[in-house]
Amino acid sequence: MFRNQYDTDVTVWSPEGRLLQVEYAMESVKQGSACVGLRSNSHCVLGALKRSVSELSWHQKKLLEIDDHMLVGIAGLTADARTLAKYMRNECLHNKYVYGTPMPPHQLMADVADKHQRTTQTYVRRPFGVGLLVASVDPLTQKPHLYQTCPSGNLYEFYASAIGARSQSARTYLEKHHETFGDASRDDLIVHALQALVGCVSGDDELTKENASIGIVGKDEKFTLLEGDALQPFLDRLELKGGDDDEEEAGDDAAAEAEPMET
Amino acid sequence: MWGMNHHHRSSAPADPKSHTTRPIVTGASVLGVKYNGGVMLAADTLLSYGSMAKTMNASRLMEIDQTLIGASGEYSDFQAIQEMLEAKSLQMQSGLLQEREGDEPPMTARSMWNYLRVVMYHRRNKMNPLWNSVVVAGKDGATGEFFLGNVDRLGTTVEDNIMATGFGAYMGVPLLREKWRPDMDEGEARALLEDCMKVLYYRDCRAASRIQLAKVSADGVLISEPYELETSWAGSTDYIPLNTPLALP
Repeated sequence: MFRNQYDTDVTVWSPEGRLLQVEYAMESVKQGSACVGLRSNSHCVLGALKRSVSELSWHQKKLLEIDDHMLVGIAGLTADARTLAKYMRNECLHNKYVYGTPMPPHQLMADVADKHQRTTQTYVRRPFGVGLLVASVDPLTQKPHLYQTCPSGNLYEFYASAIGARSQSARTYLEKHHETFGDASRDDLIVHALQALVGCVSGDDELTKENASIGIVGKDEKFTLLEGDALQPFLDRLELKGGDDDEEEAGDDAAAEAEPMET
Repeated sequence: MWGMNHHHRSSAPADPKSHTTRPIVTGASVLGVKYNGGVMLAADTLLSYGSMAKTMNASRLMEIDQTLIGASGEYSDFQAIQEMLEAKSLQMQSGLLQEREGDEPPMTARSMWNYLRVVMYHRRNKMNPLWNSVVVAGKDGATGEFFLGNVDRLGTTVEDNIMATGFGAYMGVPLLREKWRPDMDEGEARALLEDCMKVLYYRDCRAASRIQLAKVSADGVLISEPYELETSWAGSTDYIPLNTPLALP
């Protein structure tokens, strides 16, 4: 991995004008298991592929509740994500105390992005090794929003997106179907999320009620987590569809994603 | 001197540190009512330095982000609150990720009221209160409902259909309660507030007959120029003798 003499410190530029430590941190997001997010005009849904470290362990949690109107899906270092989730929960509580209303998501996301950015410009810190997909409903307008953060401090808003290992396949699926998401029902969004996830499962594995996880927030729906048996009816719908045409071999992910750092 | 021979003893200093213990330049009552289609505030424009009438044309009503704020009590503290809220508004607007749909203000009246509560309560816990009673009026962007609330210098919050601070809390509230109806139109609300301001002018030695009205309605926020109430001491028997009840004509 040792690329050159400019990659041992976040605050040192490479002659090509890149911050290699930041780019390495972005790589760690691509190592994490996949996470997809999409929204309609009323709901925002996240889907995640959970990993277990061994046959005898439980699957690692991938979707975290922030507040009634907000949840995050993570890809990358789980421990780093917990720090960020704790910060976000705290900000939400603080906002409720000070202003009496739930935290406006766009405001929180700007703060989270700033928190990421600070690490890329400070000698004593390292960038967060995690990417977040944030599903939220703006408490003022009751409209859903999907945001994506990355270690560099960049922040994006999406109609649909996916991060993590083999997520290119999910993005391809989402790009193909995004035009139907706007008016899609809550349940259809969930099925789309699962369908997108199917392509992110590694070779000999499959998407099951054990390793899949769905989180929802909506116009009139507080944070809901669907896991295990609650998820089975949706997985059944997936099989009924039987449509595997959207799945693609995701073998050359790394090549497709090795783009220069976004600035 | 007193402390000369006692410096070895640890005791409370003779002159303990103290903050504001009384207001200096003050404004009198602020009144407010909700009506059918809006919410309206009234305040006179007199600033008093003790019992001296110091300034006759100072506005105690302000607008910030489509919310109305009216304050009685220490005027310099009100000015500080004004600057604080303006800074807060700018900060919130610049923090926006993108243009918001529509022209939703970054803070609603209710959240501004809540924020003021935090500030006032914090200051009183520091034993350094902002010496005001603040009325907040506006519209809730999400529900379209009108809001009328009050925060005092201790951080106590009240929300109601009618509101009065200062002497108005004693002499305005009974009159407002008696005459207020939820279906009042704008004209009735204005007449009620003006009548109450007159009673306060006759009874409260720190009140004046030069007032401003302000309203929040579907059309937005409007603060009137200061104008004179028509008052007369000729019929003073209606108001002044101590045995007459405090009633509207």
